[in-house]
Amino acid sequence: MTEPAPTPVTPTAVTPTRDPRISYDAGTYALRLGDDALVLAQRMGEWVASAPQLEEDVALANIALDLLGQARPLLSYAGSLLPGADGAARSEDELAYLRDERDFTNVQLVELADNGDFGRCVARLLVFSAWQQELYASLAGASDDTLAAVAAKAVKEAAYHRDHATQWVLRLGDGTAESHQRMQAAVDAVWPYVEELFEPDAVTSSLAAVGVAVDPASLRDPVLGYVSAVLERATLAVPSTRVRHSGGRHGIHTEAIGHLLAELQHVARSHPGASW
Amino acid sequence: MSAAAATAGEWPLWEVFVRSRRGLSHAHVGSLHAPDAEMALRNARDLYTRRQEGVSIWVVPAAAITASSPDEKDAFFDPAADKVYRHPTFYAVPDGVEHL
Repeated sequence: MTEPAPTPVTPTAVTPTRDPRISYDAGTYALRLGDDALVLAQRMGEWVASAPQLEEDVALANIALDLLGQARPLLSYAGSLLPGADGAARSEDELAYLRDERDFTNVQLVELADNGDFGRCVARLLVFSAWQQELYASLAGASDDTLAAVAAKAVKEAAYHRDHATQWVLRLGDGTAESHQRMQAAVDAVWPYVEELFEPDAVTSSLAAVGVAVDPASLRDPVLGYVSAVLERATLAVPSTRVRHSGGRHGIHTEAIGHLLAELQHVARSHPGASW
Repeated sequence: MSAAAATAGEWPLWEVFVRSRRGLSHAHVGSLHAPDAEMALRNARDLYTRRQEGVSIWVVPAAAITASSPDEKDAFFDPAADKVYRHPTFYAVPDGVEHL
């Protein structure tokens, strides 16, 4: 993506008085959110020149660029809080291009391959952007200035992404018999990956206690409430599956992420330090 | 609008008008394809206001626009050519008036 990046939110200096444990957890948290945005940006980017119409190519590319713009300050901030072995801060590029898949902490939902299925693309975007919108709306009031600033800027982007996904789910779900069946299949396919978004762990618990992070469990009702209402309007069924995939936050991923990272990281790894 | 679709699988055409800022009129900026008005509005946002070009968007089905024909050009427009008295060229424009 060579388009000029949106104005980055400058990471503020780490407050020296902050508990080192909180700093480390905040870095972990920023890395998770940054990885979510980065990996989905890459997935959305795959649609450029492959969407149903030229207009949709541009719409999906815009969303991908918004996500990339969110990933950059989040990864920079994470790199400043989680220094490398030599004690130096890690750059956003180092984190994006030089980590292996076990070091990525995105939820599995964002790495799933669409395999050219536009229904999958919008089903995943509906859930993810509904989650991001609620998350950022809360995080904008966080006690961490950098996270709050990123969230305050990104919440409007997430609201638009959610609207775009909503428009398509309504049209495809409540469209022809064929589109309804395919949209339902897409929703069914992403549903086992939804609950992972709402799983708290030691990191989010310790951060939520000091107002740095949003408790993921608190997002479940509003997010599923929104998504379920859209599915209902689209004449689609909310899947009843009890299958839950999880582990992304701790580096456990599906097969799909290896292929995604190969494409994302290939040039940077083949030509270390290259620039233009 | 589905009736306006030229062929199956082809989305209808929409004309896009953008108001660049308050106080100015909406101006035609281009066209796009979309399945319906709501999506046309969103596509217009993505295609024509990416660089902060606007504060308001109108989309109009291209089929709903009646346009003058190039064949009628002479009868339509030439008679105005020699009516110089219709132009406000005999007035001094006050300072500070930008959009006359």
